[in-house]
Amino acid sequence: MRSLSVEQLNLINSMANKHKAIALISGGLDSMLAVKVIQEQGIEVEGINFYTGFCVEGHTHAIRNQDKEKQKRNNALWVAEQLGIKLHIVDVIEEYKDVLINPKHGYGANMNPCLDCKIFMVNKAVDWIEEHHAQGFDFIITGEVIGQRPMSQLKAKMPIIAKQSGANDRLVRPLSAKNLEQTLPEREGWIVREKLYGFTGRSRKPQIELAKQFGFDDFATPAGGCCFLTDKSYSDKLTDLWQAKNAKEYELDDIMLLKVGRHVRPKANFKLIIARDSGECKFLEGYRKEFISIRALSHKGPMALVDGDIDEGDYDLAASIVARFGQGKFADEVELDINIPEQPSLQISTAPFANENMLQEWYL
Amino acid sequence: MSRIKIDLSRMLCPMPVIKTQNQVNRMLSGQELEITCTDPGALNDIPVWARINGHQILAANQTDDEVIITLKVGG
Repeated sequence: MRSLSVEQLNLINSMANKHKAIALISGGLDSMLAVKVIQEQGIEVEGINFYTGFCVEGHTHAIRNQDKEKQKRNNALWVAEQLGIKLHIVDVIEEYKDVLINPKHGYGANMNPCLDCKIFMVNKAVDWIEEHHAQGFDFIITGEVIGQRPMSQLKAKMPIIAKQSGANDRLVRPLSAKNLEQTLPEREGWIVREKLYGFTGRSRKPQIELAKQFGFDDFATPAGGCCFLTDKSYSDKLTDLWQAKNAKEYELDDIMLLKVGRHVRPKANFKLIIARDSGECKFLEGYRKEFISIRALSHKGPMALVDGDIDEGDYDLAASIVARFGQGKFADEVELDINIPEQPSLQISTAPFANENMLQEWYL
Repeated sequence: MSRIKIDLSRMLCPMPVIKTQNQVNRMLSGQELEITCTDPGALNDIPVWARINGHQILAANQTDDEVIITLKVGG
């Protein structure tokens, strides 16, 4: 059967009822390609991006010195601009807590609830379409590729996501569609199945090749995905946070601070968040009204926050640990300021904590 | 024409964009919004968001501590 050209498809779509899709945009290559594949069939696409608080980009390059020279761009916005589509960024921080704290399908290798997360996001897209029904969105597209990721992108999980999100057969995965059941837009002829793809597996070669065909030569390829929850170090700190709180709960500031500084827990009742450079010092200074903070006066040294219920008897321990991370680490004594919100600050002189006495398990 | 100001200091990407988007969605075409941020990434992200969503950037300036962006809401 002779297939239609893109121009013919565009013409047919413009003559018939124009169909619209909303695309989940992460900022990575797969969602970028998925949108382009559907745009090539004459469908109008807009993007949606959900901000959970755990998204990798953004925060870190605004904080650390070593990241200051990196290009400061939000990849989802950048992708949207390359594709010429609108992008709606939705704050889901509060609602996402339940996904992370009570994942029905469990966690991946770290604290990543990938399958629940995908179901949640597609469901939010369904809700968004209903809330914006006047704009006439007909279906949802994602950049999912069968077998690309171990937890949420297995072939058997694809129907689960479609069903439990409520999207059902209005969920199209253009990059793997040929390996999946026909969807409503395909059956209705809004899009042509033959012009979709059948990618599977972890290899990125088919995507890179398709990107070349589309003329995309710049795209984000984050190694561990775009979520801090896939990172072991971050997940360990989150687990420690919950243990310290004796409850699986968090606020945005909690999870932001897990991304910043060196975290040292010398006692169960408190930990220190110690800046690693001037960028982090500046960032942590913004929390001085909410947290007890410690900084050396007699020597240059990092800003540190005290997180937890520290006893006055622990001030010397905390101050001596902070002292060892500054330029006074070899001095006999370092003078430090302990700033306590809404109380007079304390000055304390102490010997820097000996390196050999720092226990490895204190480092989170 | 009225100008609304919002202070998004200390917020990190993408919150300044989200707050800008939510404010603009409550405004009328032609109104102006002045946004103050401390995340340097906002200097790139807010103008990109404005461009793809049909709003006009009137000014974008950065000092050592702040980014101040003024935009005009599109139609």
